[in-house]
Amino acid sequence: MTNLVNCSALELAEMVRARQISAEEILDETLTRIVEVDGRPGALDTAPAVDDEKKVHAFITHTEELARSQAQEVDAKIAKGEDAGLLAGVPFTVKDIFCVRGTPSTAASRILANFTAPYTATPVERLIAAGGVMLGKVNLDEFTYGSSSESSAFQPSPRNPWDLSKVPGGSSGGSAAAVAAGEGALSLGTDTAGSIRQPAAFCGVVGMKPTYGRVSRYGLIAFGSSLDCPGPIARNVRDAALMLQVIAGADRADATAATQAVPDYLREIERGVKGMRIGLSPDYFRITFPDPQSGEYVEQALPAHMQEAVWKAAELYRSMGAEIIENVPMPNTRFGIPVYFVISRVEAASNLHRFDGVKYGYRTKQAVADLNEMYRRSRGEGFGPQPKLRILMGMYVSAAQYSEQYYQRALKVRTLIRHDFENAFDPQGPYRLDALLTPTTPTTAFGMADVYGDSVMMQYADQLTVPANHAGVPGISIPAGFSSDGLPIGIQLLGPDFSEAQLLRVARAYEMATEKEEWREKKPSLLEGK
Amino acid sequence: MKNTENSIPRDVFDHLVDLAAFALGEDEKNYLHDQMNHQLNAIQELEAIPLPDDLPTTTHGVEYGDDGKPALRNDEWVACTNTQEILTQAPELQDGYIVVPDIPTKELE
Repeated sequence: MTNLVNCSALELAEMVRARQISAEEILDETLTRIVEVDGRPGALDTAPAVDDEKKVHAFITHTEELARSQAQEVDAKIAKGEDAGLLAGVPFTVKDIFCVRGTPSTAASRILANFTAPYTATPVERLIAAGGVMLGKVNLDEFTYGSSSESSAFQPSPRNPWDLSKVPGGSSGGSAAAVAAGEGALSLGTDTAGSIRQPAAFCGVVGMKPTYGRVSRYGLIAFGSSLDCPGPIARNVRDAALMLQVIAGADRADATAATQAVPDYLREIERGVKGMRIGLSPDYFRITFPDPQSGEYVEQALPAHMQEAVWKAAELYRSMGAEIIENVPMPNTRFGIPVYFVISRVEAASNLHRFDGVKYGYRTKQAVADLNEMYRRSRGEGFGPQPKLRILMGMYVSAAQYSEQYYQRALKVRTLIRHDFENAFDPQGPYRLDALLTPTTPTTAFGMADVYGDSVMMQYADQLTVPANHAGVPGISIPAGFSSDGLPIGIQLLGPDFSEAQLLRVARAYEMATEKEEWREKKPSLLEGK
Repeated sequence: MKNTENSIPRDVFDHLVDLAAFALGEDEKNYLHDQMNHQLNAIQELEAIPLPDDLPTTTHGVEYGDDGKPALRNDEWVACTNTQEILTQAPELQDGYIVVPDIPTKELE
């Protein structure tokens, strides 16, 4: 019998529509997998247990009953000969930063731990309407603030299925870990600085950050409103295309959702890259960061294995008929993180002032003298250190006396970052790229607790992904082999505004060209024999 | 006004904590203050970038063309159908009103 948890979303939906398998059978097998590999879900105030190190812990909330009724609805439609949707019976998870009516929607924060959403986010609504079966809400960094998922108030935080001593990345760490471990074929994540692409790279799966506005943000608990992008995480490129097909498009509930028509992302996905211009930039083969000891800026070349994965992909693309354009200047890449430290903090501070213990969410249990004390205690007890840090920093850099020095300046440097991409993709320009090929991350997955606590070094994990968020352009991370210590390596493709179809095509070409390679057979160690 | 010290003075930090409405312990304050100064050090790199005077700011990643600009919604009243469900989220409720502790008042001079 086919091992359903290892099937792609496309295969599952096709089998359901062809009545070869029911949505409930897929659900049952997926729930069994979750029991086998996931361990206890994240929860508040839990003491660590030895067994925690042996499981993935992707989930915060299981929604088994909801999933059962959705699966039954799909099966009923099939029985009646009705169209059950593009995702008929496909199990998926949702990063717990999206509101889903009737489910706890926590943002992995104590301050929202008791919040049950009274409405459903548009992308989730579309996944369900397309026949998807929602397995539950998965863990993340608190309010998405991090790159390892360790800052969640709901512990244990997720672990990397390829090596449980490593982080899954973040902030969509629960999403990427779940997909890699076969706990659902798809997951809905968000990407504000790389939060889809970085965990996808760390966990050996595909993650796409669409163009800003391509997917509605309605129902997404906001972090950086000019940067946040919901997007798909999947085990292969075609599934990511299928998921994007379902969630993309205009939404009257989100004035920033683009109204441009959504193309058929699967139609030309296997047309190859012949004649395309794919660029490489030296600015994506090094990182610049403040030395933790001296504070001085140091420039460091990326590890050889990270660079080699990109060069190998470039050679493959060349062999398939693409033109490889080297030395594309992206000189403002190095400023992506400093700019992000300013802009994202200002937007975070603005978005997080609403959590005050009055209308919903956490309110202090301590006796208080007045409303002000209630605010201070509720926010002091409800927020973890990362949200507090972002709120304080955002207030500081946008304060009237410092705004010109920090915030206004960062917004101008953001323009320079955008110019880098416009120059690279300009059809009349010197480079005329269809896509820029880069490593997704400076390193493979790092160890649990190795970086957590150092908010500066943690942020620099996003140095190669954050420029796309500043510029608004789409990007995709795809698996490109393994390091010598067995950890997945991701490569990234970046493209012009609304070029998702083209990026998916370039990504799929790599996938097809490498499908017979030995590394494609590897499975996370905890799935050996499953 | 410019911060040329590359660090946030403690009194400014304490003022921010007050404005942000956080009740914090000393250890947490020390951690947050320390991390803010580290972040400020990273941000200082922006100071060295030469910026043309006429360089515009970017507050939004993608400029929408005419074909991609969402239309404004009509200003129409739409009934909320689940007010009770929303109200049950309130930490303290009485007769359909959300209850809060005393609101401090100040005599204006």
